[in-house]
Amino acid sequence: MSAADPLNAPVKVAQGKPGTPMLTPRNRRELRKLGVGLVFISPWIVGFLALNLYPIIASFYYSLTRYSPISSPRFIGAFNYEKLLFFDPLFIKALTNTLYFVVFAVPLGNMLALALAVLLNQKVKGLSVFRTIFYLPSILPLVATSIVWTWLLHPQYGAVSVIMAELGLPIISWFSDPQWAKPALIMMSMWGTGWMMLIYLAALQDVPQELYDVASLDGASLWRKFRHVTVPMISPIILFNTIVGLIGAFQYFTEAYIITEGGPGDSTLFYSLYLFNNAFAYFKMGYASAMAWILFLVILILTFLIFRTSAKRVYYHGN
Amino acid sequence: MKGRKPPQPMIFHFGIKRANINNIVSLVLLVALSAAFILPLFWMITTSLKPIDQLLLDPPVWIPNPLEFENYPNALEAQPFLQYLGNSLQIAVAAVIGAIISNSLVAYGFSRVEWKGRDAVFVLVLSTLMLPYHVVMIPLFVSFSKIGWVNTWLPLIVPAWLGHPFFIFMLRQFMLGIPKELSEATRIDGGSEWVLLTRVILPLCKPALATVALFQFIWSWNDFIGPLIYLNDRDLYPMSLGLALYHNSQGITDFSILMAASTMAVVPIIIIFFFMQRVFIQGISLTGLKG
Repeated sequence: MSAADPLNAPVKVAQGKPGTPMLTPRNRRELRKLGVGLVFISPWIVGFLALNLYPIIASFYYSLTRYSPISSPRFIGAFNYEKLLFFDPLFIKALTNTLYFVVFAVPLGNMLALALAVLLNQKVKGLSVFRTIFYLPSILPLVATSIVWTWLLHPQYGAVSVIMAELGLPIISWFSDPQWAKPALIMMSMWGTGWMMLIYLAALQDVPQELYDVASLDGASLWRKFRHVTVPMISPIILFNTIVGLIGAFQYFTEAYIITEGGPGDSTLFYSLYLFNNAFAYFKMGYASAMAWILFLVILILTFLIFRTSAKRVYYHGN
Repeated sequence: MKGRKPPQPMIFHFGIKRANINNIVSLVLLVALSAAFILPLFWMITTSLKPIDQLLLDPPVWIPNPLEFENYPNALEAQPFLQYLGNSLQIAVAAVIGAIISNSLVAYGFSRVEWKGRDAVFVLVLSTLMLPYHVVMIPLFVSFSKIGWVNTWLPLIVPAWLGHPFFIFMLRQFMLGIPKELSEATRIDGGSEWVLLTRVILPLCKPALATVALFQFIWSWNDFIGPLIYLNDRDLYPMSLGLALYHNSQGITDFSILMAASTMAVVPIIIIFFFMQRVFIQGISLTGLKG
């Protein structure tokens, strides 16, 4: 390599635009285009600097300080991180609660969405009605639906308890039972999986019919068709939904804030809720910033791992 | 070799039969699942129409008799919900206008103008989608309070005027699909980029712009953590925050009024959905999120 460089260098200079001044007509045109492009994207540039870049840097700096709104930040090194990881049982609780939620809610929501999409893709009658019913809950305001679910799962008067009693099932006090509060919230999150279903449905409609026809000729069962035609063909979308679902689930906040406020017995103290409380209830801005950075790293690492482990299984057809 | 035809119709019939059974099974499953999905909303609406003496019956009444429409005026009296709805509407509309303008401009810059480094910068745009809100939440709050924006709608509206990676991506994909020759023709005629954008490109982007407007409206309408952090003054509350605080201050006795209020928060979104269903569905294909 080092031997090649001196040999190539003079050639390059000789080939280069002879005596290039800064502004040949061509350069001028390039420069003008660059200017036009930058003017058009300027709203994003301002947004990126003010709403992303500066806050990221500031947040990292805050995470190394003790900072409440009434005093200015005081540098304390990695103390917040140390305290979070080794001396804060509530942090560990919040982290495990969130992992529990992520581990169940993301795959279950994904599977339900895919199942609904497959059912809707059977060219059944009333497709648009069913599609509306499944999709609608996912775009409704979470504050309102959270209040509705509080009442829906009321142990005594809620519709679900009544139906379960009719069926001879035991009464569960859902949101007020530390064992059942998280499953109840997971159930509610599955109710909001319609946006994923819509994405799957669009993907399913793009799977070429010939592939199924060929599989039918080979006598493939429905399950084998699903497993060996549908899943490989939509695997990029499964990956996409999993990652988007994961990022969302790690930031799960509103439902827990409205319905359980972290209770009973901290069983629904999720990461974002504890972070929010630290920042805006206890005014530990530095501490909360350290939490935000740990969350960011966890999401990045998990996303990376999912990409790596799925690389062999995801099939990208010609684009 | 080709012989007679009979085997073919047989396979054909068999296919139809199996398809029919599959169809029936699918339909039964869909109906059952739909019932489960509707239950929460059904429960919300019937409860909102229950007279107080039918609220806590065991077993409960599924459809109250008589229907108590008074719960709605009572809800409006308990809290200034109409004002909250009005506030939500103003915030959402201001954000939608900003989202349409800013994302059009930015997407144009990333698709119809060729400049050095464009695609590298675009990767940066997409990468910001990965950033959790919690990382920027605290510094943004500190900055906004320093410039006196706390307890105003500005922190809820201004960011929408600075583009969103999801919308930029969607509009860019759409604009890339418009033939280059259209631009060349206008440029040869001496039209500026601005004329090109507003007269040629944007009119062709109407479906994509409708999707941007729709999703921004829903995001703003549903946003809770933003108002929760920034607003203190009750006069400024949007519906989400007003409803949450009303909920926290109520016991179980008021569930029919709470459900009436929840219904009022939900209904605008349902109405929009029914009028713009096609836009929702096409929004998915516009993102290019297909197989």
